[in-house]
Amino acid sequence: MAFRGRRPEHGGPPELFYDENEARKYVRNSRMIDIQTKMAGRALELLYLPEGQPCYLLDVGCGSGLSGDYLSDEGHYWVGIDISPAMLDAALDRDTEGDVLLGDMGQGIPFKPGSFDGCISISAVQWLCNANKKSDNPAKRLYCFFSSLYSVLARGARAVLQLYPENSEQLELITTQAMKAGFTGGVVVDYPNSAKAKKFYLCLLSGPSSFLPKGLSDQKDGDEERESAFTKESLCLLHRVPHRAARRGMVRKSRDWVLEKKERRRRQGKEVRPDTQYTGRKRKPYF
Amino acid sequence: MKLLTHNLLTSHVRGVGPRGFPLRLQATEVRINPVEFNPEFVARMIPKVEWAALLEAADTLHLVEVPKGPTEGYERDEQFLRKMHHVLLEVDVLEGTLQCPESGRLFPISRGIPNMLLNDEETET
Repeated sequence: MAFRGRRPEHGGPPELFYDENEARKYVRNSRMIDIQTKMAGRALELLYLPEGQPCYLLDVGCGSGLSGDYLSDEGHYWVGIDISPAMLDAALDRDTEGDVLLGDMGQGIPFKPGSFDGCISISAVQWLCNANKKSDNPAKRLYCFFSSLYSVLARGARAVLQLYPENSEQLELITTQAMKAGFTGGVVVDYPNSAKAKKFYLCLLSGPSSFLPKGLSDQKDGDEERESAFTKESLCLLHRVPHRAARRGMVRKSRDWVLEKKERRRRQGKEVRPDTQYTGRKRKPYF
Repeated sequence: MKLLTHNLLTSHVRGVGPRGFPLRLQATEVRINPVEFNPEFVARMIPKVEWAALLEAADTLHLVEVPKGPTEGYERDEQFLRKMHHVLLEVDVLEGTLQCPESGRLFPISRGIPNMLLNDEETET
């Protein structure tokens, strides 16, 4: 969930954060339910499953089964895995159709190779990026998760993981481990210019490279790159290299420099004040 | 936990690999849940089913009328599909254990939810 202040991952491990109180929100709070359902819908859309065919799907971080219920409504069958007993209790109360397991995705997905036709995850994978015990190594846990996910997916199956990366370094850590595990794909960003509506979907493919869907946007602009694609050969965040070259020619503290810096921070997903006629203007000496 | 899930579940204890399948099922409480029959889905899952493991689990649960294997032209055999649908999707294990055949480690099942959490020594390095 998007929080005004602290990120929940900084406060401790997910099995403690998602206690009975938090679980209750996922069952009662209509706004919460609405957002989670919408994201599940978008993730399923990005999964590009064959039309009209009931599939067997994995829901990573299934929680109280909100996203799973959406899958059931669409005629699919699913298995969920989650680390929070309180959330799984809520799933039992809601009588979900899919089976749920109590498990830690960072320890691997305990299924036979090629079990699933696809995988979705809503607001879960970023929890792997914070070490909660001294023995935790986020990169290793991420790799363990991605490599086991690669194995349990049928050949050519996709995984769509909606997540809340804290910053671009975290996103890069995640995508690097996904690539190491053999996935191709990229990050689809919906509504990149909105602080609240912006959503990241890591779309992974376990097979030869194919197209990457376009992110949603309010505007009609075609220039701004909204996706970053990566292949096994190289990780390229598409706006990175030309950006550095452009910065070298700029004078520090000039208006152009200020505008460029604000643009950079926007791309990182930070809240930036809109550009106006006053942006970077020359101030009076006493400033 | 449905038998379809059990048929695909493996042990991910460190060092076990493919020998972690199938998990030996012991059940103390089982429930039969009516589930809407979807012949297309059942037919698609038949090739994924590990028959020896399924028959062993069905035997442990004392299930009757379990097909011994896929019949010729099973995709159109409604009787066969209905039997498989019942075995795979309608039998729900509520309480019991799953045992890793290689390491002997027990994974408890409580209220239908298997607990697959590993401790630090068992996690893959």
